[in-house]
Amino acid sequence: MGAAAKDRATRLSLLSGLMAAALLPAIALWLALNPSAKADERAQSPMPLVYASPLEVLVSPDGARLYVLCQQTEEVRVLDESTHKPIKAIPVGRVPRGMALSASGDRLFVTNSWDDTLSVIDTRTLAVIDTWSVGAEPSGVVEDRAGNQLFVANRISNDVAVLDAHTGAEKKRLMAGRGSSYLTLSPDGKRIYATHVYPNATPHRTAPESEITVIDVEHAIVVDRIPLHGIAGVFHLAISADGRLGAVAEYHPKNLVPLAHLEHGGAFAYTLTLFGADVGKPVEIPLDELERYASMPFGVAISPDKSRLYVTVGGSECVIAIDVARLLRFIHTRQRPASGSFEDHLSAGANYIMARIPVGHNPRGLTFSHDGRKLFVANRLEDTISVIDSRTNRVASTIVLDGPKLVSALRRGEQTFYTARYSFQGQIGCASCHIDSTFDGLTWDLEPDGFGRDIVDNRLIEALKGTEPFKWNGGNPNIPTECGPRTEMYFWRSEQYDDLTLADLTLYMRSLPARPNRWRLPGYQLTPSQERGKAIFERAVDRFGKPIPETNRCSYCHSGHKGTDQKSFDVGTKKATDDSGLLDTPQLLNIALTAPYLHDGSASTLEEIWTIYNPEDKHGRTNDLTKDELNDLIEYLRTR
Amino acid sequence: MKKSVHKTAWAIAISVVVACWGLAIPVASAADAPRAKGAEKTAVKAHHAPTASTVPQMPRFRFENFTTDNGLPDNHVYAVLVDGDRVWAGTDDGLAVYENHTWKTYTTKDGLAHRAVLSLALDKRTGDVWAGTMGGLSRISAGRIESYTQLNSGLSNDVVYGVSVEGENVWVATAAGACRLNLHTGQWSLYNERNTPMIEIWVYGVSAAADKVYFAVWGGGLLELDQTTGRWDEYQDPDGETEIVLFKDQGLIHQIVSSVSYVDKIVWVSTYFGDSHYDGRYWHNFLTKDSGLPSNFTNFVKGVDANRAWFCTDKGLAYYDGTNWAVYRPSLTDGKPEMTVREAQGRVTNIPVSTAPAHNYILGIDFQGSDIWVATAKGLSHGIFQHNGNSTEGKEKNQ
Repeated sequence: MGAAAKDRATRLSLLSGLMAAALLPAIALWLALNPSAKADERAQSPMPLVYASPLEVLVSPDGARLYVLCQQTEEVRVLDESTHKPIKAIPVGRVPRGMALSASGDRLFVTNSWDDTLSVIDTRTLAVIDTWSVGAEPSGVVEDRAGNQLFVANRISNDVAVLDAHTGAEKKRLMAGRGSSYLTLSPDGKRIYATHVYPNATPHRTAPESEITVIDVEHAIVVDRIPLHGIAGVFHLAISADGRLGAVAEYHPKNLVPLAHLEHGGAFAYTLTLFGADVGKPVEIPLDELERYASMPFGVAISPDKSRLYVTVGGSECVIAIDVARLLRFIHTRQRPASGSFEDHLSAGANYIMARIPVGHNPRGLTFSHDGRKLFVANRLEDTISVIDSRTNRVASTIVLDGPKLVSALRRGEQTFYTARYSFQGQIGCASCHIDSTFDGLTWDLEPDGFGRDIVDNRLIEALKGTEPFKWNGGNPNIPTECGPRTEMYFWRSEQYDDLTLADLTLYMRSLPARPNRWRLPGYQLTPSQERGKAIFERAVDRFGKPIPETNRCSYCHSGHKGTDQKSFDVGTKKATDDSGLLDTPQLLNIALTAPYLHDGSASTLEEIWTIYNPEDKHGRTNDLTKDELNDLIEYLRTR
Repeated sequence: MKKSVHKTAWAIAISVVVACWGLAIPVASAADAPRAKGAEKTAVKAHHAPTASTVPQMPRFRFENFTTDNGLPDNHVYAVLVDGDRVWAGTDDGLAVYENHTWKTYTTKDGLAHRAVLSLALDKRTGDVWAGTMGGLSRISAGRIESYTQLNSGLSNDVVYGVSVEGENVWVATAAGACRLNLHTGQWSLYNERNTPMIEIWVYGVSAAADKVYFAVWGGGLLELDQTTGRWDEYQDPDGETEIVLFKDQGLIHQIVSSVSYVDKIVWVSTYFGDSHYDGRYWHNFLTKDSGLPSNFTNFVKGVDANRAWFCTDKGLAYYDGTNWAVYRPSLTDGKPEMTVREAQGRVTNIPVSTAPAHNYILGIDFQGSDIWVATAKGLSHGIFQHNGNSTEGKEKNQ
């Protein structure tokens, strides 16, 4: 870390620490006297501490350095691989998410997901030598072996951009899965495997579909898409050194049955899909075991000798070690289900899981040392790197990254959000559905009111303050109610939060800012189309000159900065499966990201809200609009 | 008519073009088949050796026809697209792709917007195929299909007659105006009577390049969008909507434009009443009475370059090499394979052939090196280029 940056971080850390230290006892005492009902007030926390939050980890080609991508301090920390001593901290852009070394190892590429840039770091000088503008929410990054092309996964635009590796100039974009995020280069350098965190569009209330997008590196075109049936949420992928075995970490949601069936394993299966010559036809195998779910798997690594496969499991705070030989024996000797998936076989893991290795809070990226003896695991919400001895499958040491020693209430809230420890058998956590604190693109059957009743779409949880009440029926007046009794009763089916934990979680929920809007021009200017759309949004007269009743104007219910008047209305979207048509007015911030739409997710696009689901003009007067005007309205909504 | 034409100047221009013609030229640009094996080599070899005959050397083909009997999902083929070794056929009952001697068909079950596929375009950068259908626009990318309709997207209308990909933009011709999808932003821009000189909104075809985009408007003439200035120009038949051609080369041949092909900064236009060639200043029109065009009713035109083009008519497939014409079809009288060559002076020669396209009613064409693929009302035809003396037909010709 540079001197100035270190000073700044130290000052921030000290100041925040002192303030937090002074406030916490008082808050604790006050909360003891005023339990959960006061949790919302505790959420008014000043000056959050800034933690390293290591997300990804890499070893340099010569094996001498460890690169740690720190998301919250927005830097790459360089450590000595053997002594673990810090060498340097290199500031990068906003909310970095992906990191990769160039083919020659002379450059380190870092994607900055909130400012849509890519930092190019010279690995000799350990300085940023260039910053390139890239696509929306860049995540994974990979350079080809020739050092000519750079591939960047853009989460918001759902594609993989192909850049000139020398200049950063974008050549083209390849269609990937929705929420395109992680890239893996095959050992022979000929293929890139791309994964995505949100499911591709499917008809309403059908099983989600995802894919592994296979890119031909030389021609930079997509040549195959390996289907992942029933999967929503696909993360890192690893390929064995001989190129014969691929494995990808994923979520298998069970959103078509009521979540109330958690006690029957009815929420998620967490699995790996295996593919490649060793496997034949791709097969899905569970990481979950009886009463020991593997909630929110993220990183995958295969040892250089292909004897072991490791998976970080963020919500279960462990690393699962798998014996590859036993795994292959299992899939080749057991009769495969017709679906090709063993996802529900909770006894299957006993055949190949060697160990569940406890590590820190929210383990994410992992990588092997060059000799394969050590495995480095980034514990994102603990600011540590667990060093696992791959011979013993035990944590040999823990590298503590520089940063605040005090665990703030906000940090505890984030830990609570990302852990599965509170739910029955550790099956799910908040982040199971709110991937990276966003959403999951799914509709759910949450309530225990019968199959298929009151289906609800999952909503974005950013910038929640001022958007109360919560739930589509507006039944929960505030976040403590939403995240407390409701969550405990319907979701966790298990342990209840204590008041402090709920207060911390509330604080975290209220701290989540809205990510930058990618459709809005700098300076909040509007394009001509957006300007026309804004006029339609605010209009009081229809195209025939007839006044539109105030309550039937877009801007009436979707009022204010966040686009909600925080009241409920019947906009004619009640389905036969709904108990009531009275629905909370959702906020509009970053609405373009969150398809599907309407309370039950029945509108697959913004257009369908009005082309299909507003026949009586109850959801605003829109049936007089021409197609051009509807397009303008949508262009404006995308800027919200 | 927007731009005037000087007949004398046009005559001089034609004379120059004709004078420059010394050799037969490959029927298709090698650039049209970037992935065809040996395409460049074949294209070079496409120059014909002189023969004893005085008949101009025009490309000859051995046609292999595909129908439902050998794998095509439907015999009515609206459009054909060559993508290297793969050939896509838009049929009345699905989108078929021919690869490794096998047909595979995509249907609405796979996500195709509609069973009837009217138009096809290739994004050469990514390999994605765009299919205009009777029920929306579909993107086919390595087996995955995403479909856009007028209900789920900003697409102006579900009947998509034409599609063209240029950079990050997909241009679409529909039954209710044209539109553009920006693949980076996801924004749809609509072009119709409200913001362009489009007097009719039935847009049958679109051909887009980085500088200009041309729209074939059924009943509305030809529209041009200059992408650098954003300016629109309209080209109308100077004879109005009459079927009488009073001023033949003074503008677009007819208002009912069925397709447009913009290549080498030249516009080739087909209408139901003759065809046109426009170089930005001068028009040259083609009618059956004074050219080798087999019918004025032309469904589709595809330019090879500034001087050569293929015309898909209701009475056969025609090739124009800048001077001479060749027509390929089953005979209109007895159905036997037929090829005729018409020289600039008007002399017509029958060339003995043993194969012909599957039907006279031609709807589309694309190039695969020197080969052609032809969409007809009763099957898809693969025209395999015949080198002189190396094929049965070559021997027939010499006999």
